[in-house]
Amino acid sequence: MTFAVDGLEKAFKGFKAVDGVSFSVAAGELVALIGPNGAGKTTTFNMANGQLVADRGRVLLDGRDVTGLPPRELWRLGVGRTFQITQTFTSMTVAENIRVALLSRDRAFGVLATTAGRYDDEISGLLSEVGMVAAGAQQCGALSYGDLKRVELAMALANAPRLLLMDEPTAGMAPRERAQLMELVTRTAQERNTAVLFTEHDMTVVFGHARRILVMSRGKIVAEGAPEEIRTNRLVREVYLGQTAPAVR
Amino acid sequence: MISSFLIQTLNGLASASLLFLVALGLTLIFGVTRIVNFAHGSLTMLGAYLGVTLYASLGGGVLGFWGGALLAALCVALVGVLIELVVLRRIYAAPELLQLIATFGIVLIVKDAVLYLWGPEDLLGPRAPGLRGAVLLLGKPFPTYDLLLIVLGPVFLVLVWLLLTRTEFGTKVRAATEDRDMAAALGVNQALLFTSVFALGSFLAGLGGALALPREPANLSMDLSIIADVFVVTVVGGLGSIPGAYVAAVIICVVKAWCIGLGDVAFFGTTFSFSKLTLVAEFLVMAVVLIVRPWGLFGSEPASTQASTAPALAVAPPARSLLIAVMAVAAVLVLFPLMGDRYSLVLMTDVVIFALFAASLGLLMGAGGMASFGHAAYFGAGAYAAAIAAKAGLPFVAALACGLVFAGLLALLFGWFAVRLSGVSLAMLTLAFAQIAWAVAFQWDDITGGSNGIVGVWPPAALEAKAAYYLVALLVAGAGIAFAWRIVHAPFGYLLRAARDSRVRAEAVGIHTRRVQWVAFAMSGALAGLAGTLFVFSKGSLSPDTLGIPRSVDALVMVLLGGVETLTGPVVGAVLFTLLQDWISRATTYWHAVLGVSVVALTILFPQGVVGTIRQRFAHRQVRG
Repeated sequence: MTFAVDGLEKAFKGFKAVDGVSFSVAAGELVALIGPNGAGKTTTFNMANGQLVADRGRVLLDGRDVTGLPPRELWRLGVGRTFQITQTFTSMTVAENIRVALLSRDRAFGVLATTAGRYDDEISGLLSEVGMVAAGAQQCGALSYGDLKRVELAMALANAPRLLLMDEPTAGMAPRERAQLMELVTRTAQERNTAVLFTEHDMTVVFGHARRILVMSRGKIVAEGAPEEIRTNRLVREVYLGQTAPAVR
Repeated sequence: MISSFLIQTLNGLASASLLFLVALGLTLIFGVTRIVNFAHGSLTMLGAYLGVTLYASLGGGVLGFWGGALLAALCVALVGVLIELVVLRRIYAAPELLQLIATFGIVLIVKDAVLYLWGPEDLLGPRAPGLRGAVLLLGKPFPTYDLLLIVLGPVFLVLVWLLLTRTEFGTKVRAATEDRDMAAALGVNQALLFTSVFALGSFLAGLGGALALPREPANLSMDLSIIADVFVVTVVGGLGSIPGAYVAAVIICVVKAWCIGLGDVAFFGTTFSFSKLTLVAEFLVMAVVLIVRPWGLFGSEPASTQASTAPALAVAPPARSLLIAVMAVAAVLVLFPLMGDRYSLVLMTDVVIFALFAASLGLLMGAGGMASFGHAAYFGAGAYAAAIAAKAGLPFVAALACGLVFAGLLALLFGWFAVRLSGVSLAMLTLAFAQIAWAVAFQWDDITGGSNGIVGVWPPAALEAKAAYYLVALLVAGAGIAFAWRIVHAPFGYLLRAARDSRVRAEAVGIHTRRVQWVAFAMSGALAGLAGTLFVFSKGSLSPDTLGIPRSVDALVMVLLGGVETLTGPVVGAVLFTLLQDWISRATTYWHAVLGVSVVALTILFPQGVVGTIRQRFAHRQVRG
């Protein structure tokens, strides 16, 4: 087990957005977290990535309790992430974006040192891994959405993460781009033996690439299993098709 | 003891009412137009001067005082409408920093207009007829007029609340404050609404000025001291919150009044003067509130995560041609003493010093994305520290180091708070800090020489010749600018720009963004301090003006004139600004107004900054061609 959350709870002004969520993700495994709007996916996700602090419960990375650590410290422990709306350094080139991640990894804070040529080999290695090797000199502000997602992935990989957290990795992309990106993620996870947890609205992506699926509804995980199990799960249909879901457990 | 405590509390409440009136106007205007009106204090000053004049021309008495105050406020409202129509209407779409700069241009114009119309002397105002006496409270006299003021604050709070919640106008104002575009889509006439809100806000500013007359004479320094106080109140109360403005005004004024009331207190044998601590007290209140609630008592964090004060433009890696150009300019500068006379040498020394000052601010605004509206605080801190060190007998180089380190430490202190804010809140906070630094320099006679400042601070004999000092200044400032330039391209500069471009992404790759910005703030302050030390040794003396708000704004104008994208921009801006200022100030005594008009004209003509606008036009032409 690489990553696990145990009994996570979070309430906003009395409303329990997440109510006792536990699951784990193993190394090299792609796990999708799905559920209708308002089910508590994003809240769960943000507690996993350190953006939100849980009211109760624990977040474990390789057995170590990392509950409440801010994102920057989680990154140092090997958690890489991509955002639903891409976040890159738009004034810099693609290569410079990766360079920032590498400088940060090595805690290079110098005010006089030079940066020219630093990490060139490592940058082109990461860029070729995400299929962007030709775009190194391009300005991030001028890239297509799909390419920005790839840059984000390369930045996340800069610290050789053990866990990748991807919030709606294919949102805003064309269908063909979606399949390509998810194939890239699947391949990377296997080659690097990295655990991947992602939320997603596109069911083709979810059922096509996740090895395991977690279904959330009203703050709880109501179903968990391989894609074929989830596809035939009566409860999941009820959650998604809007019929009143029966009381859980 | 208890009675004097009570009297001071009431005194504080009376001041709070007046301050609240002015802050209320600023808050209303900001809520609807999203413009922080730097000239709001100038409108208050105008109200005070008009109050004096109208009292006399209405024949004094009850009509003269109250009618005069009302009429003064109405006149100020008209001036406000004029400002809105002529200037602000044209810059609503401009970046917020440029808007602030434009309103500072108005500050300069109003100041010179008042100087022209009423002269430089303070004008004693009328006392309120019928309320001249005092009532006895616990055996102590308390001015009747102040009792009225105490009531006035809450009355206006309720009146404005009624206006906002019970009238159609108020509904529109609230709708526009909530969502400007939605209100416009629903058919609210924006142009009319903006103008009328501006008129209302200006009316309140003018009224505050006229009603303050029985307590304080009308004077030419009111504009900046009031706007700084109002900024403190707005930051502490929470930007845009009306109840917050009142509560903050009460807290700050009452704490200040207590400090004055305590006076000299003996502690373990030494006397400690609390009355000199009013400004430190103001700073402490602000600090405590901002530590607990960074966005003010009633404020909330703005939704946007992007700290986009500066346009995120690319920093190109240094090109060889640039290096050659820099070498050529450096050669000309080094050889300048061979051709220049004494006057031009002194002027060029100024140019070099202000180039470093502007570069230090350019580093913070460009790579850091943080606009300091009080950068003169660090310039002045460096100058004072160096002057005091030199007076204490330290050699020249050690004095320079003292200035650099002290300015850096001050920036470290102020920066801790500043990096927690962004945008206009950051601008207001840095300005308030600078005003406090100015007031400390002004009041702390024993150390800073008070309003007289420090005189007789000269470099060692070897550097007394203007040419020699010019070369030293060139060397030191050149090294400082080169260092600032190096920072931007070094690993630290990358992390700093990363934090500016996207805070969440930077944090997600392990960067402690606040700490990086904090260090950048301190380094920028230290460089500004270095410029200040060069300045004091070139002039031989310094006064509190060295760190006044106008100098902070000078630096901002230099940076925006040249553009924030590169460090070359601020340096070029500093050269242009210093030469122009020298030229204009020799031509007319009202050079502030000329500068003000130029600043306003520049922001209207070049809403994206000179370099940015030209670049945009150029890009357009390329697309069409």
